[in-house]
Formats: sequence, structure tokens, C-alpha cells
Amino acid sequence: MSYEIVIGLEIHCELATKSKIFCGCPTTFGAAENENVCPVCMGLPGTLPVLNATVVEYAVKAGLALNCRINKESVMDRKNYFYPDLPKAYQISQFHKPLCEFGFVSVKDEAGEDKKIGITRIHIEEDAGKLVHEKGATLLDNNRCGVPLIEIVSEPDMRSAAQAQSYARKVKAALQTAAVSDCKMQEGSIRFDVNISVRPEGCGTLGTRTEMKNLNSFRALVRAIEYESKRQITVVSEGGKIYQDTLRWDDANGKTISMRSKENAHDYRYFPDPDLVPVVLTDAYIERCANELPEMPESKSRRYIADYGLTRKEAVLLTEDIALSALFEEAVAVGGNPRMCANFILMEVLALIKNEDEDFGGLKLTGGALGRIVQLTEDGTINNSTAKKVLAKTAATGQDPDAIVQEEGLTQINDDDQIRRVVRDVMTRNPQCVRDLSDGKGKAVSYIVGQVMREMKGKANPAVVNALIDETLKEMQK
Amino acid sequence: MELYEKSAHELKTMLSDRQISCSELVEEYINRIENTNGTLETFLTKTYEAARAKAKSIDNRLAAGEDAGPLGGLPFALKDNMCVDGVSATCSSRLLENFTAPYSCHVYERLDANGAILLGKVDMDEFAMGASNENSAYGTVKNPYDITRVPGGSSGASAASVAAGQAAFALGSDTGGSIRTPAAFCNLTGLKPTYGTVSRYGLIAFASSFDQIGPLARDITDAALIMDTIAGYDQRDSTSINMKKLDYASFLQTGMKGMKIGVDRDALKAGVEDETIRVYEETIGVFKKLGAEIVEVSFDLLQYAVPVYYMVACSEASSNLARFDGIRYGVRAEGKTPEEIIVNSRNKGFGEEVKRRIMLGTYALSAGYYDAYYNKALKVRRMIKNDFYRVLENCDAYLCPTTPAPAYKIGEKNQDFMAMYAADIFTVTANLTGIPAVSFAAGQTKDALPVGMQLMAKALNEAVIFRAVYNFQLETDWHKRHPKL
Repeated sequence: MSYEIVIGLEIHCELATKSKIFCGCPTTFGAAENENVCPVCMGLPGTLPVLNATVVEYAVKAGLALNCRINKESVMDRKNYFYPDLPKAYQISQFHKPLCEFGFVSVKDEAGEDKKIGITRIHIEEDAGKLVHEKGATLLDNNRCGVPLIEIVSEPDMRSAAQAQSYARKVKAALQTAAVSDCKMQEGSIRFDVNISVRPEGCGTLGTRTEMKNLNSFRALVRAIEYESKRQITVVSEGGKIYQDTLRWDDANGKTISMRSKENAHDYRYFPDPDLVPVVLTDAYIERCANELPEMPESKSRRYIADYGLTRKEAVLLTEDIALSALFEEAVAVGGNPRMCANFILMEVLALIKNEDEDFGGLKLTGGALGRIVQLTEDGTINNSTAKKVLAKTAATGQDPDAIVQEEGLTQINDDDQIRRVVRDVMTRNPQCVRDLSDGKGKAVSYIVGQVMREMKGKANPAVVNALIDETLKEMQK
Repeated sequence: MELYEKSAHELKTMLSDRQISCSELVEEYINRIENTNGTLETFLTKTYEAARAKAKSIDNRLAAGEDAGPLGGLPFALKDNMCVDGVSATCSSRLLENFTAPYSCHVYERLDANGAILLGKVDMDEFAMGASNENSAYGTVKNPYDITRVPGGSSGASAASVAAGQAAFALGSDTGGSIRTPAAFCNLTGLKPTYGTVSRYGLIAFASSFDQIGPLARDITDAALIMDTIAGYDQRDSTSINMKKLDYASFLQTGMKGMKIGVDRDALKAGVEDETIRVYEETIGVFKKLGAEIVEVSFDLLQYAVPVYYMVACSEASSNLARFDGIRYGVRAEGKTPEEIIVNSRNKGFGEEVKRRIMLGTYALSAGYYDAYYNKALKVRRMIKNDFYRVLENCDAYLCPTTPAPAYKIGEKNQDFMAMYAADIFTVTANLTGIPAVSFAAGQTKDALPVGMQLMAKALNEAVIFRAVYNFQLETDWHKRHPKL
């Protein structure tokens, strides 16, 4: 029996407004405990919420960036439940009439075909506080109370971890490009909840789903989906039953743990918040938001393929990260060959980012510097392996590439005579290698090239080295 | 006449004319409170120190020839559900016994800025839930006109304190009649303003789409004085109307010839006592004499007002009161888990009536019942609003009794909460529809118990009801009565 995995994603994303959603407190990350608070976000008796207009603007832009219909009238509802990190014992959210609906994101399926992942709705809501467990006590930090969130709910359209990851990356790229969130996973400004169920291939009804909350890296997302889908398939194919449950993903041990929570039984008693009025937007307002959006990843990607001859894979990878596409465009702008720039970014620069969830801004590499390195490589001043060295140094120190090449004498050596002397020397000292070469063993060439490069501190022009090895071999065979 | 029996506007004149000093006036009220509080049980927190200090600074300003502000030097009492920075706010609940507000409500800021002096926080029905002030965790407030009877509620002590001369005026809050019922029982003028004209910021909420803060005072001139200070747009309240403030003092004009006053004698069949009916007819007579045109009106949906009110108000309340969980502030009853702490604290801290209404509201909002109860009630609320607007197309103001009967004996009604709820029939309508409603002293029973009548008008049309009451109070003396304490 073959099983199909059905996945839906709920993405919570913090909007990058200066103040919170219902009060003027700052939203800055990393403040001291209970520093960014006031009576309103602490839900003290007698306080009232006032909706931050920029939150609405950012949420509309997020909706437009994700191809949604913007509802001209939406309502703030109260979601009622008791929990120590929820000061009012209700979260102000949107239930009956959300701000955005019926959007989509395109991904490729396993066959390489285009597939639309539907977005059911996007609504605005406030975040809760944070509970810190230490020294046998539970402490409450209210800084996060009232931070504005959008919740993006997908249709259960994804069928694999790869599709889910692709969807998540595209949503992140769209939100970052629209500049409504910094989407820093390590700071929790974007979080993924996954709903998974399995069903026999071809079955029309959905199986029982489990939910995994607050996955905060793409790696965890993929691993969690792979594990849980395998687990469910095993249970079901052995005749067992899946129970609706909220699971915690234990990344260290690579498994899901049941939280046996009663969340599925929870009745939130949603009703329109009587302290707020409906959010009413005009066509002109929505149009203004649309006009203020910069070029979105999809169209940027098409432009890279058309104008620069990049492959689709290259274009998608570059446009998925706003920092990478900015780097690319700057490098091309100073005159770097586009395909080489793309190659350098995707092969070398990404390798330099140790933790892919880390803020790219940690590298001191500018687009201009990268473009220059590409130019120097293209015109033969340095070879590829030197280019990698220069790139690493620039990224670490911010130093100008030309200066690095000068200071460290990294200019490629093109002098035939100089190289010929070293090649002859190496081949003379390695007669066995030469014999292997004659017999056509390709590995011998690499060994000799490696030895030559070592002698010449990597600066020899590889094409010249190879040509001179051939030339020397012919001479030695005479 | 004692100083504490004078109206606020009279005292204001005396202060401005320097016939009395502010400090003298404050001492006068402090003495009166000390002499009568044991009996009446109105004051929960006294702020004498700060009051005396403020009085002194106001006296200095007056001596220097400066203006002390529109309410300069007038001492007032505040219902204990309104926050004042650094002062206790209990909502007459055990749960908030140890709660000190860390900020001030909008109306207090306005009163303070205009020179008024806070004497203290006064008792109420717990979390404003009640119509007799018998639901307080801190004792039962007495009606100064007859201390064996209730003062009305939930702003019972706000009314009793003014009636007894413990303060020149007080603020109450009105969700289903909580300013007007005590005003009627204690012979005062009590206004529930148009919803959205007085900021709710800093008022500890009962039912958000019903609550409004308003004055309890000796007459409509005092009410206008207070409204001119506390009303107006506040951006901290999203339900505050963003418009130019009404000029309440300008509504106090002599002459009301031709004003159409709607009367509904059918509604009196809803269990209204004979004496109240008598006073109703007498009031109609006075308005006729003043030149008003009396118009017969009738409502189609009055019988749904009380059920709809309780359904919607309790639903909102069940959510508003959920924050009282013993976790961050208030009195905590311990437990082994957060759930236990929450359950134990609420169980121990809330009184019976509060629990009853929270349960009712939770039920009405719950899955499977939301559509049949809460949502349905909202629809009927809209219909009741339309019904009132229809009536108010045919008259300028609608006149009815405030309550079906005058103040009853303590303990007489509080065992039958459904009967208590039913008695709100004349007051809840103004909260359901958002329109302004004022209760004014209109007569007394043969037992000398005050009887109050009510005037309502279209939203933002305080002008017409202020003018009507103003002329009524020029023509009659009921509002000048004082209790014999």
C-alpha cells in the first residue's frame, strides 16, 4: 500500500513595526526582562487596545506579496483561553473575517512541474509573553506581549518535506522583500507550525493530523516532517490509529514527543472585540500599498533568467534571500560577469555562512567587492582557487580585493618559462607519476598539478600548467 | 443649610468669591465622612492627605488671583472601579483587595487637571454587577434617606456619598443602569452619557460595549459642569468618538415650549408600583405646564431588552474578567499548577453574582451555543436600537420611570436574581442602544422615599434632555431635598 503525505503550514511572522500592535511600546529584540511594557500590553485592569496603523499596512503588503485578496472589511476577535503568558486571558486576533484570503505561492513538485500551494488566509494578531523556567520557579517576561504578528495559514497542499521547505522559503523571501518582517528565525521573528496527516494514495478524505509547533529552522522543519510522516505511515500500515495531538520536535534526538495536550478540545469562544472597531480599507489605500511594494522574488527570478541567462535553479536560489539577490545585483552593477557572480555566490559565499539561519549581514562582503573579484578572475589576474582565498579574506575583514591581491602577492603567474621550470622539476622528481601519465591515468595529472601549485603557492595559471604538463610529457617521451 | 448640602456649582461660586477657602471645604467634607461613614459604609479608601495638600495649593492660587479651574476646589468621590495612580482599586472584590493602580484613568486626569479634589474611592457592587450595592465584598452601603434600604447599584456609594453630603459630586459607571438606579433611589441627578463621549480608559471594564462613566450630582447644572470636564475624545479609547466636544453648559437654557416628550403608559404595566405611576403622571403634568407637547409612543421589542442585555453584557464580562487569574496581581490562592492557581484564586476571590454572570456569559459564547444565544442577541440588539430610533423620530425625548419601584429593604430582593434583573427594564435600553439617559429627582412616596424619572434622547442629543431637566428643576424642588441622617 502506498501512502500520501498531506502537509499544511501555519507560519507566524513578527511584523517589523517600531511599536507593538495595540500600544506604543517598542518591539526591539533583546531588551532586559519586562523593559518594553506598559499597562496596555500587560493587560492591567482598565486598559484598552488601540490598533497600530502601520501593522495594518504591513499586513496588507504581506497579503499582496503572497497574492491574496485583501478584505476591505475585517474584524478583530478575542480568542479566549487561560495561560500565564497571556495577560488578558484572551488574545486579540482575527477569526471570522481575516484581513487577507485566497493567496498562493508557486513551488516545483518532485516531477519538476509547477504547483500552487494555496494560502487560505492571513490575519493579524498579538503575540503573548514568555515564560522562563529557572530555579524551580516560573518567571514571566512580558516584553513579547503585544508584538504584532501575522499568521499565514496554507491549504493542506504540500505533499513532501521538500515542497514544505520550498513553500516556507518562498514565503520568507516574499515577506523580506516586502520589508514587513526581518524573518530572523533565530530570534523567533518567523516560526513554523506543521500539520501532517497521511492517507492511502488516491484516497479522497484526509487522515487525522498531528501538529508540531514552533519549528524555527528549515533543517528542523524538514527533519520533523520526514520523521513524523514516516512514523504515521508505520502506525497506519500496521493497522494502528493516529490520534490528534500536538507534538514537540526534539531536534537533538531527532524525534517527536507527544504533548498530550487538550488543544484539540479547546473552545476559544471567539467573538468580535468590543473595544475595537472593524478595520475598513479603501481601494485607494490597497492600491497605495501595492505600489509601494518593491519587485517580488518571482518576477525578479524571471528577470535574472531573461537578462542574465541564469538557470532557473540559480535564479530561485538567489531571489529566495533578499540579501543574496542584493549582493548579486550590486556585483553585476560594477561589471562582474553575471553567471560567474551567481556561481561565486551560490558556491563560495553560501559556504562561508556557517549557520544558514544566521543573519547574512555577518559577512563583511559587499556586492562591489564580489563584482571586483569576479572581474579579476575573468581577466586572468587571479585564478579560481586564489579567488576563493580573496573572497574569504574580504568577507572576514572587509578589505578591498585589489589590496589583498597586491599585499599577498596573489597575482596569477602566467609566465610560461617560470611555470615550465617548475613543471619540469616536479615531473623529473616523480618518474612513477610520469609513467602513469603516459599510461593515461588521469589521477596523475591532478597530482602533478597539485605539486606545481604547491611550489608556486597556488598562483600558477591552471590552464598554462596543464598545457605545459602535456608539452613536457611529450618531450620526455621523445 | 450646611455647606455639604449645597450644590457643586453653588460651592464653586463661593470658592471663587473666596467666601470659603478650599481647605475649609475639604475639612467640612472630611468631617462629614467621618461622622457618617460608619453608618453608610460608602468609603473604601480615603485620600485625605493628598486632598488637603491639593486644597492648600488651590487656596494659594486663588489668593494670588489665579483661576483654580472649572472645578477648582470641588471635592469628589470616585467609584472604586476607576484607576487612580498609587491608589487602591478593588472593584469591591476580594480578588483585588491588594491591588494599587499604577496609572490613572482618563476622567481622573481631567478632573485633577481642572482643580477637582479626590476625597476617596467609594464602594460599589462587585465588578459593577448589581443594582443594589448588596454585592460588595466590603459591606453593604445604606441609603441615606432610609438606612434600612438599599441605595441602588452598582454605583451605590457614589450616589449615597453625594446625597449624604460626603462629597460635592461623584462619578459612577453605568452598564445597565448603574448610575441612574442609585440616582433615583438617592434623589440625585445621574447621567449615562451617549456611548463614546466619555473615555473608558482606566475604567475597569464590566461590559465594553455598554459601560459609560457619568456624574452623580445634586442637579443638572452640576452634571453639565462635570461633563464639560470629563467628556471628549481620548485616543487611548478606540470606542471614543473623535468629534468636537459637546458644550454641556450651553444646554442649560430656560424655556422648552414645543419640545415633544414621548410617554409610554403601556410600559407601566410591567410591574410598576402605584406611587411610581403617580409620580410619572405628575412629571408629565409638569412638562405639560412648561409647554412640552406630550406624545404617546410605544415600543415593539421592550420585552427582549433585559434578556438581550444580560446575554451580551455577561458574554463581554466573562472575557473582560478572565484576566483576574491571580497570576500577576490581585490576591492569589495557591495551587500546584498554573491551572490550580487560576481556579483557586477566582473561586476564592469572586463573589456569587460575579461567578453567576461569568458562567452565563461563557455559556452564551461557547461552541454550539454562540449562534443561538450571543449572535442572536446581537441581532436583536440591533433591532431594539432601530425600535428606539423609530420612536425618537416622533419625539425629542422619551420619558419613563427609572425603576419600577423606589428603594427596597436591604435583603428583600437579593435572593431572587431574576427579579433583580427584571427591574432593569427601564434602564438597560439606553445601554443597549448607546443613547444618553438622565435620571432626575421627580417626587417621593408617602414614606418620603425618592422617586426618579428618566429622559432619553437620540445619541449625542444631550442638549434636549439637559434642557428639559434644567427647566424641570427650575419649576420643582425635589432635587433640593436632603436626607435626615
